[in-house]
Amino acid sequence: MMIEVKNLVKIYETKKGTVTGVDHVSLKVEKGEIYGIVGYSGAGKSSLIRCLNLLEKPTSGEIHIDGVELTSLSKTELRKARLKIGMIFQHFHLVSAKTVSENIAFALKAAGLPKAKIHDRVTELLDMVGLSDKKDVYPAQLSGGQKQRVGIARALANNPSVLLCDEATSALDPSTTKSILSLLKKINSELGITIVLITHEMEVVKTICDRMAVMQDGKIIEEGNVYEVFANPKQQLTRDFVNSILQFELPERLLEERQGKLIKIYFQGEIAEQGVISDVFQTFKVRGNILHGKIEYIQDIPLGIFIMEVTGEQVEIDRAIAYIAARTKNLEVIDDAA
Amino acid sequence: MMLLDNLISMLPELNKAFFETIYMVGISILVAIIVGLPTGILLFVTDKGLFLENQTFKNIAGFIVNMIRSVPFIILLIALLPLANLIAGTTIGPTAASVSLSVAAIPFFARIVEQSFREIDKGVIEAAVATGATPWMIIKDVLIPEAKPGIVQGVTITIISLVAYSAMAGIVGGGGVGDLAIRFGYYRYDNTIMVTTVIILICLVQLIQFGGDRIARVVDKR
Repeated sequence: MMIEVKNLVKIYETKKGTVTGVDHVSLKVEKGEIYGIVGYSGAGKSSLIRCLNLLEKPTSGEIHIDGVELTSLSKTELRKARLKIGMIFQHFHLVSAKTVSENIAFALKAAGLPKAKIHDRVTELLDMVGLSDKKDVYPAQLSGGQKQRVGIARALANNPSVLLCDEATSALDPSTTKSILSLLKKINSELGITIVLITHEMEVVKTICDRMAVMQDGKIIEEGNVYEVFANPKQQLTRDFVNSILQFELPERLLEERQGKLIKIYFQGEIAEQGVISDVFQTFKVRGNILHGKIEYIQDIPLGIFIMEVTGEQVEIDRAIAYIAARTKNLEVIDDAA
Repeated sequence: MMLLDNLISMLPELNKAFFETIYMVGISILVAIIVGLPTGILLFVTDKGLFLENQTFKNIAGFIVNMIRSVPFIILLIALLPLANLIAGTTIGPTAASVSLSVAAIPFFARIVEQSFREIDKGVIEAAVATGATPWMIIKDVLIPEAKPGIVQGVTITIISLVAYSAMAGIVGGGGVGDLAIRFGYYRYDNTIMVTTVIILICLVQLIQFGGDRIARVVDKR
C-alpha cells in the first residue's frame, strides 16, 4: 500500500462560518497505481490532494504515505517526507526569476544534494521531459506544455515514490494535454511512481487512470476500477461524468423519421469484439440501421455504445431485441415508434 | 553677471552640500536595506497561511513599524538625538542626522519589501514548500528572486524619500542640498541659490528614478 487515507476531515473556518472541504474520506492507493479523483469545482478534490502532502493541514484523520503517517510528523520530518512526494500544479508555479535548470535544481538543493551532482541530475531530468535545449531559458519564454514539463522534472527531481497532480492538464490545450498525459504514463510505468491526480475532465481519467473516485460535497461517492465505473456507473453524478465522454445526441430529424424501434446497446469487454449485431440479422427477419455509435477503449478494453433503429415484423423485432439484451446485458429501448 | 558671480562664490558650499546629501542618503539606505529587508521578510512570512506563520510576532512587529512611521520626521529627528549621540558620538552634523534618517527609512522600506512579497503568486511559494525546502531556502531562492524587481523599485522610492527628508537634517546641522535651499534660498531670499539647489535636487531624483527603473527592468524575468 503506497497511500492510505483514513477518515480525513478538512474544515475551513470562514467569516460566514465553517465549511467542510473534505468529509470523512478514506482511500487506499496501491504502489504503482494511477489513481484519479474527479469532481466538479468545490467538490473538495483539491483540498483532498493538498492534504496528501499537508499543504493543507487536515482537521482530523490520518495520512499514510509509503508507511509514514504524515500528520504526526515534526516540521523537519515533514520536510524530509515531502522530498519523496512530488507535486505538479494547474498553473505550474515555476519561479519566474529562475531559469529552467535553476527551477529544477532548487528541488535538488532542498534535498541537500552536492553541487556537482545537481548538475548531472538536472541534465538527466531535462532529458527525460524532453527540454534539454531549454535549460537556460526563463519560464516566461516557455509554452504551457513546456512549463508543465519543467514542473514535472522538478517534482521528480528527488526520485519521489508518489506524484500528486493538482489539475495538471486543466490549463492546457487538448493536444498538449495528451502529450503531458503520455509523459505521466511513461513516468508511471518506467519509474514505477504512484500517481494521484485530481481533475474535472473525465477524458484524463479515461486516458491514464487505473482506479478512480468521484467526489461530491467533500465525500467520495463512488470508487473503483476505471473500466467498471465507466461501464456501470452507480451514482447520478458518476453517470453525468461518464456521459460527458460516452453521451451523444441524435439529431431531431432522425427521431422524426424513425420507423421501427430505437434501441441503445452497450457493449462491454469481449462482447464488443464479438459479432452480436451480425448474428441478429442472420437469425431474425429484421433490418437494422445504425444511427450513431462509438467505441471507447478504456485500459485497452472496448466499451461500445450504439443507437440502432430496428425495423421489420413486430414479433421479430421483439425477439431480436430480447436476443441482444441477453447477449449484451445492457440495452435500452429509447424510442418506440409503434 | 551678478547672478553668475553669486553662484560661483557659492560653488564650494554647493559641492559640500551635495556630498553631504549623498553621504546621509547613502548611509541611511544601506542601513534601511540591511535592517529593513529582513524585517520586511519577517513581516511577510509570519503572516497567516505562510510557512512561518506567527501572529504574535507579526502583530508586535507590525505595531512597531506603524508607530515609527506615524511620527513626523522632524519630531523623530529631534527625539532620536540621544540615540545619535550613542551611535555617532555627536548630536550634530550629517552623521548624527543619518541615524534618524536610517530609523525612519527602515520601517518605510520594510513595508515596501513586504508589499513586493505579497505580489508573488502564492502558488509559487506553495510549490516550494511542497518540494520540502527549508524556510531559509524558500526565502533565499524563491521569495527574494521573485520579488527582486519590486525590491529594487522599493530601494529607489526609499532613496528619493530620503533625499526629501534629508532637507530637514539642517535642523541638527546635517547640511545637504535641501538644507542649503532652506538656509540661503528661503531664509535669505536668495532666489539664485534656491533655484539652483532645487534644480540639483530635481536632477538627482530623476537620475535615481531612471537608474532604479533600469535595474528593475534588467532583474525582471516575468
